[in-house]
Amino acid sequence: MEKVSGADAVLLSLIEEGQDTVFGYPGGAVIPLYDSLYFKQDKIKHVLARHEQAAVHEAQAYAQITGKPGVCIVTSGPGATNAVTGIANANMDSVPLVVITGQVGSYFLGTDAFQETDVFGLSMPIAKWSAQITKAEDIASTMAKAFYIAVSGRPGVVVLEITKDALTSKTDFVYKKAPVLRSYAPYPKIADEVIDKAVEMINEAERPLILLGHGVLIARAEKTVKEFIEKSGIPFGSTLMGLTALPSDHPLNVGMLGMHGSYAVNMLTNKADLIIAIGMRFSDRVTGKLSGYAKNAKILHIEIDKSEIDKNVPVTLAVHGDLKSALSYLTPRIEKKTYNNWRKEFDKFYQMERTQVIERDTRSNEPLIQMGEPVAMISQKTDGNAVVITDVGQNQMIAARYYKFRIPGTFLTSGGLGTMGFGLPAAVGAAVAQKKLPVILFTGDGGFQMNEQELGTIIQENIPVKMVILNNSVLGMVRQWQNMFQGKRYSQTDLINPDFIKLADAYGIKAKRVEFREDLNSAIDEMLSFDGPYLLDIKVDKDMKVMPFIAPGSTVDEMKLVSND
Amino acid sequence: MEKKYTLVVFTEDKVGLLNRITIVFTRRHINIDSLTTSESEIHGIFRYTIVAKATPEMMKKVVDQIEKLTEVLRAFYYEAQDVVTQELALYKISTANITPMESLIRESSVRILDIEKEFIIIEKTGSRQEVLTLFEQLKPYGILQFACSGQVAVTKPMKELETYLKELNQAVEASNKIRSWKLKN
Ligand SMILES: Cc1ncc(C[n+]2csc(CCOP(=O)(O)OP(=O)(O)O)c2C)c(N)n1
Repeated sequence: MEKVSGADAVLLSLIEEGQDTVFGYPGGAVIPLYDSLYFKQDKIKHVLARHEQAAVHEAQAYAQITGKPGVCIVTSGPGATNAVTGIANANMDSVPLVVITGQVGSYFLGTDAFQETDVFGLSMPIAKWSAQITKAEDIASTMAKAFYIAVSGRPGVVVLEITKDALTSKTDFVYKKAPVLRSYAPYPKIADEVIDKAVEMINEAERPLILLGHGVLIARAEKTVKEFIEKSGIPFGSTLMGLTALPSDHPLNVGMLGMHGSYAVNMLTNKADLIIAIGMRFSDRVTGKLSGYAKNAKILHIEIDKSEIDKNVPVTLAVHGDLKSALSYLTPRIEKKTYNNWRKEFDKFYQMERTQVIERDTRSNEPLIQMGEPVAMISQKTDGNAVVITDVGQNQMIAARYYKFRIPGTFLTSGGLGTMGFGLPAAVGAAVAQKKLPVILFTGDGGFQMNEQELGTIIQENIPVKMVILNNSVLGMVRQWQNMFQGKRYSQTDLINPDFIKLADAYGIKAKRVEFREDLNSAIDEMLSFDGPYLLDIKVDKDMKVMPFIAPGSTVDEMKLVSND
Repeated sequence: MEKKYTLVVFTEDKVGLLNRITIVFTRRHINIDSLTTSESEIHGIFRYTIVAKATPEMMKKVVDQIEKLTEVLRAFYYEAQDVVTQELALYKISTANITPMESLIRESSVRILDIEKEFIIIEKTGSRQEVLTLFEQLKPYGILQFACSGQVAVTKPMKELETYLKELNQAVEASNKIRSWKLKN
C-alpha cells in the first residue's frame, strides 16, 4: 500500500465521511494540511472565514442545515483559542462538529513553543470529546472515532489537536467508519415496561402538555413527532431551539416556552397535569423559578442524555433513549383524543397577548418602527420559505416570536450559550449549505459588529445572504433589563455605530437604510428580490421591550404581559 | 443534607480522562477529599476511587455526568456502610526522642520500613481516623514527613466488573441496532 502524509490522511478521512466542505483559517501549524488541500480542491471545498470564531459558527450552521457534522480547520495557539467560543456554542446546542486544530511539533509539546496552547486541555470542559494526535498512523482511526462520537447519541463537538510532525510524517491509510467503543452506547434500549407506563400516563391525563426541544430536530423526527401529537390531540409548546419542529400555525401549537415566550403556554404550564418533554432539557430560561415550575404535573421526560434526566426538574417517568424510536413505540398505543376545553384555555391567553402585545409589536402606531414590524413583514412575504438566522438579544426574541415557520430546521440561533456575533457567520454557513431557500439574518447592531468581518467571506463566496440589522443603536436586551431592574441606569449600553451602508459599500455589498415606516415595505421587497447579498439597516425604537417576560426569579405563571411603563 | 460518598469509576486508559472527571466536580464547586487510581482486576481498565461530600441529589447528577464521558465504562456512588475502605500512611520520624516512642510504635500495629541514624520510617494502614490518631500521637516526637494514600475502597453491593462489561457489550449491540434503524428511517 502506498503511504500518505498525515495531512493527506486527514483529508482522505473527510472524504471517507462524505464531507465535501470545510470552514477554516490557515496558519503555521496547519500549513501541511492546507498544502494537501491544495491538491484536493476538487473534492473538498474550503470556505475561508475572516476569524476562527466565525469559521466555527459557519461550520455549525452548515451542520444544522445539512444534517452532517460540520468540519472546521484552524491553526494552533491563537487560531484554536479564537475557536473556543464557537466550540462552546455548538456543544451547548448539541450540534455535531469536528474541529481540527494544529499543534506545534510533538517534540515541542509543553515547552511554550511559538503558538502553542494546550488546546486539548482547553477543550475539555466545552467539547463532547477531544484527542491529541501526535502520530500520523493514529489519524485515520481517531478521525473515524471523532465523527462517530460527534453525530451519535446527543451530538456535540469533537476537537482534534494534531501536531505538526503528525501531519508531515507518512502512514498507511485504512479507514473504518463508526468504530465500536465498548464504553459508549449512544442509543440506549428502551424497556417495554417503560413504554407501558408512559402509555398509561398519557392516556390518563386530562390536561396534558407537550414540550418540544431541539432534540426533535437533531433526531430528524419531525414527522414522527407530528404523528404522535396529532393522534394524541395534546397541545404543544416548543423551546427556542425546537421552534421549527412543527409549523408555527399548527392548530395544537400553543407557542414558545420560557422567558420571552408566549403568554399562554407559560401561564398554563402550572395548570397541566402531565408534561411530556421531548428532546429538551428544562433549561433555566424555560422553567423560570424551579420551585414553582409545573407544580401540578407529572413529568414524562423523553431524552437521550441520561445526565439531563432529573437534572433540573425531577421526573415522574423517564424514557431514556432516542426519541424517534420512543415515539414510534408510543404513537400506536396511545388513544386518539382531543382536549378541546383545555386547548381553548390557551386561546384566552393568546387573545390577551395578541391585543396587548402582538398588535403593538407588529402593526404599530408608535412613531418609531418597532422590531416586530420588519420581522412580521418578511415572514408574510417569504411565507415560511426561508432560512432565518438571528443574533442574540431583542432581535433574536422578536424574530423567534414573529416569524411564522413552516419548514423544520429553518431557524438557527444561539440558544444555550447566547453568543452575540453568532448571526452573521451562521448565515454564511447556512448559505453555503443550501441554495434553495433565501437566508435571512436578523441581527442587532451590537451583535453584527462582533463578527462583521464576515462580510469578506460573503463576497469571497458570493453568497446571497440578506442581512437585516434591527438597529436601535443600543445593546437593546441589556438596556431592557436596565430599564426594568436597574432604575433606567443605562450603563454602557449606548452605541456610536458606523455607517453600515458605507461599510457594506466598502465590500461591494448593496445596502439600504430605512428610517420611516412608509419606506419599509418597498425596501424589504427590494432586498428579497435582489440577486445577491443585501444589507438592510432599519432604524428601530430603542425603547421597545420584548414582552411578555418572565422576570428572573419569577415562576412561569408570574409572566408579565406588558411592562409597567 | 451533605454526606460523604465514595465513587467508583471504571474507565478506559486514556490521556486526559482524569482531568475530564475532575472537571465535573470543579464545575459544581465540589471539593474532592481524595482520589486514587490504579488498574483494575481487568487489564486495560482503570479504577478511580473518589471521596467527596455532597447531597444525594447532587451526587447522582455528578455520577451521571461522569458516566456520560465517552471513555467512562461505569460510575457508581456509595454511602459509607456499603464500602470497605483503607488508607496507607507513611511517617518519617526523628530518632532524637526514640525511647519514649517505642511503646507507642509497638502498640499501634505499624510496620517499620526503614531505620537510619537520624530517622525511622513507619507505615500504618487503617481508616483515616486511625491514621490521623497516630499522627497526633507521633507529633510531639517530631514528624519529619507524612504522606497518606487517600482512600482505596472495595464495595459490598457491586457486581463483578466482568458482569458490567457483559452488560455494556449488550448495550453497545442494542445501540448499534437502533443506530442502523435510525439510518434507515
Ligand atoms: C458575546 C456576548 N457578549 C455579551 C452578551 C450579553 N448580551 C446579551 S444581549 C446583549 C445586547 C445585544 O445588543 P444588540 O446586538 O444591539 O441586539 P438587540 O438586543 O438590541 O437586538 C448583550 C450585550 C452576549 N450575549 N454575548
